[in-house]
Parts: sequence; C-alpha cells; structure tokens
Amino acid sequence: MSSCDSTATYAAKDFKSDVKPVWCPGCGDYAVLSSITKAFADLGLKPHETSVVSGIGCSSRIPAYTNTYGIHSIHGRALAVGQGLKLARPDLTVMVAGGDGDGFSIGGNHFLHACRRNVDLTYIVMDNRVYGMTKGQPSPTTESDWDASAMAPPGGTGMTPFHPLAIALASGANFIARGFSGDPNGTAQIIAEAIRHPGFSFVAIMSPCITFREEQRDWKNTMRNVNIEPTTDPAQAARRLMTDDGFNCGILYRGNRPAYGKEKKATNAVSDLDREFTL
Amino acid sequence: MTAANMFLDAAAEAGYYALFGRSSGPQIRGGEAAALVRLGVEPITSVDDTFDIMLAIDWQGVQRFAAELPLSKNSIVICDPSAGDVPDVYVKTGAKIVHLHMKDLAKEIPGGRPNMIALGAVAELIGIPVGPLTEVLGKSLKKKRADAYEASVAGVKAGAAAAATLGGAKRLAAAKAKDAKRWTVTGNYGAGLGAIRGGVRFCAAYPITPATEVLEYLASALPKVGGVFVQAEDELASINMCLGASYGGEASITSTAGPGLSLMTEGLGLAVASETPVVVVDVQRVGPSTGIATKCEQSDLNIAVYGLHGDAPHLVVAPNSVGDCIFTTQWGVYLAESLQTACLVMSDQALGQSRAIIDAPADVAFVGKRLVAEAPAEGEVFKRYANTASGISPMPVPGQPGCQYTSDGLEHTETGTPSSQSSDHTLQLDKRQRKLTNFDYGNHWATIEGEGDIAVITWGSCTGAAREAVARAKADGINAKLISLRLISPIRPQHLADALKGVSKILVVEQSHQGQFTRYLRGEYDLPVKPESLSRSGPLPMRPGEIHARLLSMGK
Ligand SMILES: Cc1ncc(C[n+]2csc(CCOP(=O)(O)OP(=O)(O)O)c2C)c(N)n1
Ligand code: SF4
Repeated sequence: MSSCDSTATYAAKDFKSDVKPVWCPGCGDYAVLSSITKAFADLGLKPHETSVVSGIGCSSRIPAYTNTYGIHSIHGRALAVGQGLKLARPDLTVMVAGGDGDGFSIGGNHFLHACRRNVDLTYIVMDNRVYGMTKGQPSPTTESDWDASAMAPPGGTGMTPFHPLAIALASGANFIARGFSGDPNGTAQIIAEAIRHPGFSFVAIMSPCITFREEQRDWKNTMRNVNIEPTTDPAQAARRLMTDDGFNCGILYRGNRPAYGKEKKATNAVSDLDREFTL
Repeated sequence: MTAANMFLDAAAEAGYYALFGRSSGPQIRGGEAAALVRLGVEPITSVDDTFDIMLAIDWQGVQRFAAELPLSKNSIVICDPSAGDVPDVYVKTGAKIVHLHMKDLAKEIPGGRPNMIALGAVAELIGIPVGPLTEVLGKSLKKKRADAYEASVAGVKAGAAAAATLGGAKRLAAAKAKDAKRWTVTGNYGAGLGAIRGGVRFCAAYPITPATEVLEYLASALPKVGGVFVQAEDELASINMCLGASYGGEASITSTAGPGLSLMTEGLGLAVASETPVVVVDVQRVGPSTGIATKCEQSDLNIAVYGLHGDAPHLVVAPNSVGDCIFTTQWGVYLAESLQTACLVMSDQALGQSRAIIDAPADVAFVGKRLVAEAPAEGEVFKRYANTASGISPMPVPGQPGCQYTSDGLEHTETGTPSSQSSDHTLQLDKRQRKLTNFDYGNHWATIEGEGDIAVITWGSCTGAAREAVARAKADGINAKLISLRLISPIRPQHLADALKGVSKILVVEQSHQGQFTRYLRGEYDLPVKPESLSRSGPLPMRPGEIHARLLSMGK
C-alpha cells in the first residue's frame, strides 16, 4: 500500500490494494477493477479523496481491492449509501459499483430514484446476467430462455430481461454508457468520462461470469465498440437504446441536467434555533 | 385545533404549564378532531384520569372519541343546543351539561366564529383573563387580517361574558407570573432540535405517522446550520443514505415508526458491524403492521432491542417526557458518535405529537465527537478496527491521507479485510460489546425520583402517569420510588441494583399487550423480587389513576 500526500500524483497501481480478490480466475471483474483504477489515475484523482461504495455480490467485493476509501455495504443498498456519502461530502469523488442482481433486483427501486435524483456520482454495474455469488440463479438481465440453473424452470424464466440503459434513460440518468471487460482501455476511457460528467452517470459493463455462464466467454466476439457521437437528445437516445442488441459499447447518452443538491452553507448558529420555541 | 393552539398560547402567556395532545378520526385532513388539554401551575407530564371540562362545538363523529374523553360526575359538558342532543355516552357519565349558544352568539358578531366563542368561554371558566387571549390573537391575526382580529376579540369577549353566567367554573390556582424562560415544544420538534444540538448535519428520511414532524423540522432547520436533508424513496434508502453520510464524517439521523423500523433493521446491523454511527428516532405507534397509525403504544421495544440478526450490540435510549425528547435525542447522537454504533431513540406518539409548555431546557454540552484516526507510520497498515482497550477504534474521515479503509459488514480483521476466521469474529464481537458495556453513561441512564419500599419501573410516555400515581400514593401514606429507564440497552446491572436497594416490591408500568418491558427487565436483570406488571396495550394512554390503584393494593 502506498502512502498518500496531497501533491503526489498516482498511477493505476496506487489505486489497487494488497488484498487478493476472491474472484474466480478468468472472471471479467478483474479487468473492470483495472479499468476503474486506470480511470482514477488518468483523471489525476487521489486515493484518499476517492471512494468506492458497493452492495453484496462477487462484483461488490471491489472496494476492498482498491486503495481508496470504500464501503462494502449490504445487498441492494449501494446506491443509497453512495448518495448519502456524496451529499454529505460533495468534495469526494464517489463511485458506486456492483452486480446486476444487486442493482436491478433487490436494489431496483434505488436505481430508479438515483437516476431521477441525479446526484453527482458514477454507478458501475458489472453485468453478467446471473447471480454469481449465490451460485448461478437468473438475474433481472438474464435471457428469458436461460435455464441452466438449479433455480430456473425448464425453458427459462420466461420473463422479459430488464433493460438497464433504457430504464436509466427513462428515469433521468444524466450519462449512459456501456463497456466491456474485454476492452479494459476503452472501458477506462468511458469510466473517466462518466466521472467527469456532472450528475448521475450510469455505466453498464458487460463482465462475464465464466463459472456460471461459460458461454459468455464468447462475448469477446460479439461485443463491439460503436464509436458514435453521444447524443444529448433523449428521444434519439431512446431510439438508439431500444434498437440496440445489448452488444454496442460506447457513450450512448450525455444529458445536461444540473446535478442534485445545493451548496451547504450555514446561515444560523445552532443556538438561533431556540428562538422558535421560546415563549 | 387553531382555537386550541391559541388557548394553549394564552395559558402560557398567563403563566401556566400545559400539555396538549390531539386526537382525530381516521381522515387524513379535516373531519372530526379533539384537542386534549391539561393546565397547571407546575410542569405537566401526564394526562389526568378524567377531564374537568368538555366543550363540544358539535357532535360530529364524537362516538369515536368517547373512550379517549373520560368524564366524571364532576365534569361539565358545554354544548350548543343547536348541535342536537348530547350523545348517550356522555350523558351516562353524570357530567353536568350546560348550554352555550355558540352559533347564535357568533352570528351577532360580523365575521364571528363559534370556535372563538368557545375559546373565550373555556378561558373564563378556568380563570384565564381575556388579556392573554387578545394578546395571542393579536400575534397571529392583527397584522395579516385586522377584520378577523376584531371579530375574534369580540367573539372571545362574548364567549367569556356568556360563560360567566353558566356556573360550574373550574378555576385553576393562580399562576406565577409568566417566566421569561419557558418554551413551547412538541416532542417531535424537540427530537429534531436535540439532534442538531448533538451535532447532526444529515438526515435522509421517508414520511410516516407519527414521526413526520421530526422530519419536517429537520427539513427546515438543517439547511440553516449547513446541513443536508433528503427525502428518500423508502426507509431502506433512508437508513443507508445516513450510513453513507456518516461514513463521510457527518453525524446522521433518520426518524420513522414501526413499519419503517422493520425495513431498517438490516441497515442497522450494518451500522453495528461496520461501526458507523447513526441515530434513528422511532416514534412508536400501535402495531403490529400498520396497526393504529395515530395512537401511542410502547410495543416496538422488542424489535428495538432484539430486532437485529446476529449478535449485534447497539444503543437503545428513550425520552420520558415531551421536553426530554430534546435531551435524549441529543444524548443519543453523542452516544452513537462516541461509540460508533447505531442508537435507537425510542420516542412514542404521546411524546412526539403532544405540545407542552415547559421550562427552558438546559443547553447541555453533549456534542457528538468521534475518536479520530491518525495516519499510521510509514510502512505500517492502518487498522480501522483496531482492538483497543476501550473497544473504540479511531475512525478516519475520508479525505484524510493514509487512512483509506473499506467499511465492511462482512466480518473482518483489524484492518477491515474480510475474514471468516473464528478468532477474528470473536475479537470483533468482544470489541463491539466491550465498548458499549464499559462506557460511562453518567447518571443519565435513568430518571430516579423519591424513596420507598415499592419501586415503580417504567419508561417513555408512561413516566408522567407513573410520577403522578407515585405522588398520589404518597398522599395516602404509601411511599414509592420512580425509576424511569432512559438507557434501555446496554443494561446497567449495578446501577439498577443500587437503585433498588431497600425495595421490597416492584411494579413495572408499560403500554404493551405482551408486557415487553417487563419481560425485558426480567430477562436481562437480576431483580431482587419478582415484579408485578401493569402492562396493557394502546391506544388509550396510561392514566395515573390505574397505576395509583395498583400501588394502593400493593401498599396494603
Ligand atoms: C438481503 C440479502 N438477500 C440475499 C443475499 C444473498 N446474495 C448475495 S449476493 C446475491 C446476488 C449477487 O448477484 P449480482 O448482484 O448479480 O452479483 P454477482 O455476484 O453476479 O457479481 C445474493 C442473492 C444477501 N446477501 N442479502
Ligand atoms: S462466480 Fe462468476 S461472477 Fe463470481 S467471481 Fe466467479 S466468475 Fe466472477
């Protein structure tokens, strides 16, 4: 672990901790960790002024693997914790990260309201279309016919997969992008843009679970970088997202809504509050 | 309600203390409502057994309130004959019924309203002069609406004049001159103020009866002192937002009632395990489930003390008067910050939603202060969960170089790295328990009054009724000692044992059908004798008379 001071600059490795990840060898999340630490370094951030907040899941283990401040909270609540931290400490760079189950199933309601609220933070979902940590159940983004799980009925759940990007757009997210763990440099660039963009930035990173979704190894052949100009027009973004096959990577929408929250400024001493109660 | 609030202001102006609760039907706004007021020359912390005066502007929906408005043959009922017959439930009480033509009197005044006639009448019967009433009317109306002010003053005077001829006056002892240092406050606003006094600068919350006023207060007061208020999407979000803010270094609070507390329990467990300070004010109402949202009960005790999964020691404190909501919430913030854990402040509907005239509360010095961390020496690893003698580990504020750590609800080593080793688990469990057990809570753990061979042990809003019952018993020659626990958890075995020295009988008083508090005391403390329990459910408030009766039989 490197020590920090306020004048030093930091490389990607300075943002990694000494804790050895529990991830399976070959898990996409290793590359996401590298992209995140690279983005932090590229932006010239300092580990002690940066924080990573997560919920529970394989992917949510990520705070311990960074050398920033971090919170490994409870399943589904990462966005709530992260928004609280950012509102209390607007000076910190706050990243919230986790899995598709954490963010869209148990935490789905927080996702909608975080998009609407538009607090200035970056939310990264490592989407593997499965619950990795609990050993392979279908998640909200799982294909409806996937049934290679002890908990899925034959023929799959039959449920329409959740479309995180379209839902983010409809709910008011200010920046929407998709990345792929197989392209760590491209993803690092997207993450850096997301952090720089004011308001709530959402980056879905397709990150294979090679243990429970072996077939996702093939994503390296299907994911493509679209290299299109990000639109600021929600209607155009909606068309782009609704016609998207889930494999287009890049920055798909950049909104211009102002971020949530007023500047904190005391206008009264605490003792002034007594006046309201005195006879 | 407007007239009742004015009445209270006028009584305060005239130098009286007061306690004012309200009751309303199931409607959210408008509809039938009752203002329940008690006045006196000494501070008032309890309702009485019966009301002296009932003034009925009309009888709409009044059956609903019958159980909450006990009358006796010494009471008087003032009503307008044009509103119809007095319902049987009230006739049966034997109360004296007198007629006051409020509607007709109001009609004689341009812009006159019956509630101002009523206000003047009650004031006259009790002996509050017209002066303070017109003063109060002036404060609220004069500037904005001169005509309404004139009409109200005329109404109040007409009401007073009419009441003077009615008979049945219930005059109060003359009040001492108005003390400049009196306050008027509700328990819920008081909790909000106490929180800010204790250092809270962040609140995230979701509205719920009867806690909403805590949030309303904080929403307007926090920004003034540089704090942040957020309306969260649900209670899961509110507690977790508070934890994020607290991790960021801001003392944080949320407030809720039973249903919301249920949703928060997982987050509270995270606060305990990750040692993140947070305060939750639970304004208890009748449960289970949605129960009776607007009425009081002390039945969230079990969830407060035992509701977290795992072995999760945390703080549970309880205010025992409207005014004490200020102190106890402030103290709760101080304790949570000092001990880096969750603190539940168990208020209740009777405290939270009652308005009282009280002596100005002292501005006590309890301001939350965390044990701050220092960066470790070069080459050394920062230990966020260091195993210190006190059990309290220094806690950094993000932004501090060299102290980066991951706050974790997973069991962890001293550095915060997840660990499933039994040695790490026991070490951290011991540490989290030790810091609470060994802390010096001073003499605030309980309010103790009087001496006697009977001890009345109680908590929360039952304290006022118990205090009054003890005073009545004393007049009968039965001496009892009142012990109202403010620190519910962790337990204080030695302190309670000392307080119970020489006591041969114990009565536990609480508002819970299952006797949760009695069970808690019996389960956690070695009481010198088996206690008697006076425990019953809400929604009716505990009244001094029922406790007094029990003390009389115990004192035989
Ligand atoms: C309240 C609660 N319910 C269930 C769990 C069990 N659980 C842990 S992680 C997880 C799903 C994780 O899936 P995902 O968020 O997609 O992350 P991944 O492991 O795939 O990275 C579940 C159901 C829990 N920890 N807490
Ligand atoms: S189970 Fe899947 S998601 Fe979890 S670490 Fe292994 S490969 Fe990654």
